[in-house]
Amino acid sequence: MTAFSALVKKDLQIFLGDRRAVIMAFLAPILIGSFFGYVFGPKPVKEQSKMPVLFVDQDQSATTKELLANMQKDPGLEAVASELDPAREAVKKGKAPVAIVIPKGFGEQAGQSLFIPGPKPSVTILFDPSHQTEAAMVRGILTGQVMQSVTKNAFAGTEMTSNALKSLETTPMDAGAKGELRTLLESAQKLNARPQAGQGGIAVPFETKDEALTARTGVAYNAYAHSFGGMAIQFMLFMGIDVGIGMLLLRQRGLWRRFRAAPLSKATLLGSRAVSAMLIGILILAVVFTFARIVFDVRIEGSVAGFVVVCAAFSLMTAAYGLLIAAVGKTPEAARGLATLATLLMVMLSGAWVPSFVFPQWLQQVTKAVPARWAMDGIDAMTWRGLGFEEALLPIAVLLGCAVVFGAIAIWRFRWEVE
Amino acid sequence: MLEAKDLRKAYGALQAVDGVSLHAAQGEVVGLLGPNGAGKTTTIGMLAGLITPDQGQVRIAGQPIQGDTSSVKRQLGLVPQELALFDELSAAANLDLFGALYGLSGKQLDGERHRVLELVGLNERAKDRAGTFSGGMKRRLNLAAALMHDPQVILLDEPTVGVDPQSRNAIFDNLESLKAAGKTLLYTTHYMEEAARLCDRIAIVDHGKVVANDTLQGLLRLAPVANFLTLDLATPDFEALAELRELATVKQAELTGTQLRIGLQNMRDIPHLLAWLLTKNVEFEHIQTERPTLETVFLHLTGRTLRDA
Repeated sequence: MTAFSALVKKDLQIFLGDRRAVIMAFLAPILIGSFFGYVFGPKPVKEQSKMPVLFVDQDQSATTKELLANMQKDPGLEAVASELDPAREAVKKGKAPVAIVIPKGFGEQAGQSLFIPGPKPSVTILFDPSHQTEAAMVRGILTGQVMQSVTKNAFAGTEMTSNALKSLETTPMDAGAKGELRTLLESAQKLNARPQAGQGGIAVPFETKDEALTARTGVAYNAYAHSFGGMAIQFMLFMGIDVGIGMLLLRQRGLWRRFRAAPLSKATLLGSRAVSAMLIGILILAVVFTFARIVFDVRIEGSVAGFVVVCAAFSLMTAAYGLLIAAVGKTPEAARGLATLATLLMVMLSGAWVPSFVFPQWLQQVTKAVPARWAMDGIDAMTWRGLGFEEALLPIAVLLGCAVVFGAIAIWRFRWEVE
Repeated sequence: MLEAKDLRKAYGALQAVDGVSLHAAQGEVVGLLGPNGAGKTTTIGMLAGLITPDQGQVRIAGQPIQGDTSSVKRQLGLVPQELALFDELSAAANLDLFGALYGLSGKQLDGERHRVLELVGLNERAKDRAGTFSGGMKRRLNLAAALMHDPQVILLDEPTVGVDPQSRNAIFDNLESLKAAGKTLLYTTHYMEEAARLCDRIAIVDHGKVVANDTLQGLLRLAPVANFLTLDLATPDFEALAELRELATVKQAELTGTQLRIGLQNMRDIPHLLAWLLTKNVEFEHIQTERPTLETVFLHLTGRTLRDA
């Protein structure tokens, strides 16, 4: 047994000997990965969450009743009729993110506003300021539904066109324009008088067909692949902190002094710790992804070799990151806070928590300097994206490059004693 | 076997070691006696190649220690003051690790592990985790780890700190065995009893300097008195102290409470002194005589006691 292998063996013995630490190293990414996979993954229709929306109908016209009925049919909404004051209170207390207030006279005014210039009815949207995204989404759905309901009544019933024709007489308009509008409304009246005519009103003039681009046609997106990758990356980086802090604690306890009394180079000391950390990292990834494969059917749809090498490269990078913490940190206490901050930033920018496309453009560029992002890209590419080995090459190169840089800095900055 | 010449080391404005020279022949036990902060650990660090001296040279068996991987280190065993053990590993695994650091493997490693565990009396606890050991057992394991590669020179930096008397005696027995086996030992301590019991020669260090270096008897001869006579007086009102100090046979005299301590150059002067005290109507309840100790020598040489320093 060489000094190098003895030091590696020692680290593995210490890791595997601490059952609680081992369980946490495997369990934490599995539990959180499962949670994120469930939350962000596709779900059966009955499990899909619907956004609660309160609908305050002060008009109670046929148009607004139909509007409520249509909104209740929307798969993304849970529209519930309400009164103004309870609705306002519910939004204020955070019990509902959005409430729509339809004013009295909306049905009639909206129909006339389709044809005749003048004041338009005002729909109030009450929203919780912490749910602005939901408010925007409701606004979009409401616009579509109003157009459909109002135009349907405009073109499918006679009342709205009759009222518009009456109003037209008193509307201050150019005589030519007034005549053309009258012709249009009378044509609509005639059309509506015919059986089976004008059933639909104005509708969105296209349909969308969603196609998730995964590994292959027919292979559904498995959100657990991304969430397990993300959480494995996160907890391996935390393991990197443990490696660094653990080394600093050894120095504090005088073990480095003791090691130095032996004919041992710092490259052997650091290198052995890097190898042991890498092996532990690979073990964590293997256990986490084996669990994901068995329980959530996460498959390596792309190159298996690419996946293995990406994982190995990331493990080595993590180990080198740990050495960097040990070499740069003067005391465990001082190093822990800084390393935790750096790690959380790295995880956040890697896209492990939320997809990086939600970041501003400049921040997306910044993420290219974050090694964990390349690990995430590599794992995604080899798992659910189903890409070939060539797509793993860049992530592997970046991760190995970072490992070399971190390792070189660690050896350069390494000090046997606290200065 | 071990030779250090004019070692110097400063940390900023603090001159931790200031021109220390030492030598220890094969089979010799040399003590480095001094208070905490005297520079003992820094000296040991330079002898073991852990600290690069600002000046001076260390040679082990005639060879200097050059670089982290110097082969000379194989002749050195270090027992650091801190317990350099992994609590999470068994005693055997700890020893295997330190043996492997010096290139031991296979049957040689097994044999050495068995030998040192036997020496320190921990064979039956070989498979137990070091973290479950008592302080004394850990100290013995700490010693065993330094002996795995059978070094010729063993540097011991306060190896009995914080151990119970039984474990201390066990460690002393181990060290005497090593001495009998012809090993060279350099032993730092601030306990004069340990230095007096174990060491062939003792270097007294203070403020980074060797202030005396001799055998125990040689050092004791440096003491200003040959004997102390201590009397427990019946009352503290002894009025003839100044007169006592003027006597030609008295080298020093101190009164602390009811205890009168008189330093004499010659034991034969005691009867005359007692007779003189009786003429002064001094009543005493107890009398004892004692030899000067290393503490006395240290006090004489530095003006401070080992514990106060």
